Amino acid sequence: MPDKEEWAVEARGLKKTFGDNHAVNGVDLNVRAGTIYGVLGPNGAGKTTTIRMLATLLRPDAGTARIFGYDAVKEPQIVRQLIGVTGQYASVDESLSATENLIIFSRLLGLGRAEARRKAAELLEEFGLTEAAKRPLKNFSGGMRRRLDLAASLIAQPPLIFLDEPTTGLDPRTRAQMWETIRRLVKTGSTVLLTTQYLDEADQLADRIAVIDRGRVVAEGTVDELKASVGNSSLQLRVQNSEDIRNAREIVEQVLKVRSNVSAEAGKITAPMAEADRVTDLLIALRTGGIRLAEISVQKPTLDEVFLTITGHGVKENASPETEPSNAAEEMRV
Amino acid sequence: MRSTAAPGRQLKNYTGFGQSVRNSLTMAYRGLLKIRRTPEQLFDVTLQPIIFTLMFTYIFGGAISGNVHNYLPVIIPGILVQTVITTSIVTGVQLREDMDKGVFDRFKSLPIARIAPLAGALLADTIRYAIATVLTLTMGYIMGYRPDGGLGNVVVAAVLVIACSWAISWIFAFFGVIARTASSVQGISMLALFPLTFLSNAFVPVETMPKWLQWFVNINPISHLVTAVRDLANAGTIGRDLAFSLIGAAVIVAVFAPLTVRAYMRRT
Repeated sequence: MPDKEEWAVEARGLKKTFGDNHAVNGVDLNVRAGTIYGVLGPNGAGKTTTIRMLATLLRPDAGTARIFGYDAVKEPQIVRQLIGVTGQYASVDESLSATENLIIFSRLLGLGRAEARRKAAELLEEFGLTEAAKRPLKNFSGGMRRRLDLAASLIAQPPLIFLDEPTTGLDPRTRAQMWETIRRLVKTGSTVLLTTQYLDEADQLADRIAVIDRGRVVAEGTVDELKASVGNSSLQLRVQNSEDIRNAREIVEQVLKVRSNVSAEAGKITAPMAEADRVTDLLIALRTGGIRLAEISVQKPTLDEVFLTITGHGVKENASPETEPSNAAEEMRV
Repeated sequence: MRSTAAPGRQLKNYTGFGQSVRNSLTMAYRGLLKIRRTPEQLFDVTLQPIIFTLMFTYIFGGAISGNVHNYLPVIIPGILVQTVITTSIVTGVQLREDMDKGVFDRFKSLPIARIAPLAGALLADTIRYAIATVLTLTMGYIMGYRPDGGLGNVVVAAVLVIACSWAISWIFAFFGVIARTASSVQGISMLALFPLTFLSNAFVPVETMPKWLQWFVNINPISHLVTAVRDLANAGTIGRDLAFSLIGAAVIVAVFAPLTVRAYMRRT
């Protein structure tokens, strides 16, 4: 176990209730400094509410949150000096230009006039926004807005950065760019805590993942650990001659001593692979049996399957991404 | 040492007075930039003083003071106070609209003085009050108002009105923070302000009103402000009413600024 100082985030039993909706219902999180940590869950799972409590934007009803050892409730002003927050909806000023936005945030963070100007230019350059620097944000694309948002979070070079669904609503190319930027951040020593509802995003970026559902962490670990918890990898075989498929299946079940699945039209056999060693025996047996293979592959379980197994229900991909924050906001306005 | 993550950073869990002022001024700069970007939002402060001053002077002038010219020293200070204070409602409405935007989340997550986003917005709006003040006085001058107090005292009176309106705008800022929608802010604020500005000595001599109403009009802080402005502009004198106005303004800020900041912090 690392020392206490190495934890960027330690949350214990965080709870937040809006009316009778238990948005966050006892969340524990430990994020090691210098890593990317993914909080994965469907809409309304409590991801945004959790981040808002960690980032001092929302006071937890119960539980504690410590950022680099500082209590988010008791020492919020210190915590704010250690974090950068990029919201789900762009937290930049629509009516101002990109440069003006960055200058104002820089000035608020204590930079001098000239220094703020230089920092703004530097960040715009780094995020490829120099050309659009003087235009009002109204004409910005979603991707540009997100990039500016992230740039604004980096002014003070905070050691911990919260990214709430950084790529929701972005096209694949912009998404890949965003991922690149996030990876670069960690190389410079920052810690990133990001939420996502995209399984491949967590898979791509995060060192560790917490799966959160209905306000609780239902699984936690590295991507591989989570996948392993669902089951073993599976072996997939495709035969050249679809007439061979029955023979092939018999051989597979004999040698691996498991039940297999067949999708006849594709000529594909799928079987759980408990011991990798046996595959050698299987291949030899298949050749002896005169069965020619077209393709052989080993498939790890996908995070999709992980999610389904853990929560008992799939990810509702098509739910509106706006639902969670706006519900929370409505509830608070009572 | 609890944090190895921030070498060379000075971490403190409070914001000093100096930082609060600096943060507020930066936020005021943001407000000014916004006004410059959308000058059309200044329509109301340009048109209202012109229309109201013209209308009220010519409607009431003959009836109250015999003729328009004699009414000017009464109505111009009155309409000045009424117009500029009405303008401060917009502050609450705009604050409400502004706060619904994501950028306020960022302000909250920054290590800045909690009061700065509010104080800055209110400070930037003094530019609106200044515009309304200048226009009202200019209209008065065009119609023949020649204040005996002289230019210096008129400027002092103008600054007094702007300062008091800034103080009063904290009330509307409070409504803005607690209300659900921008239009409800407008509604509540008008409801509060209408009786206050009209049940005063701004347009009509108090002696013409029934006794029970005179009682209210005389304790109404708006009346004191109007009288203070008349004293300054028309006679160049400084009286008790000026002190009452300033004390009233200070009390409003002392009560509503903390209330507003607290309500602001509680919102998500």
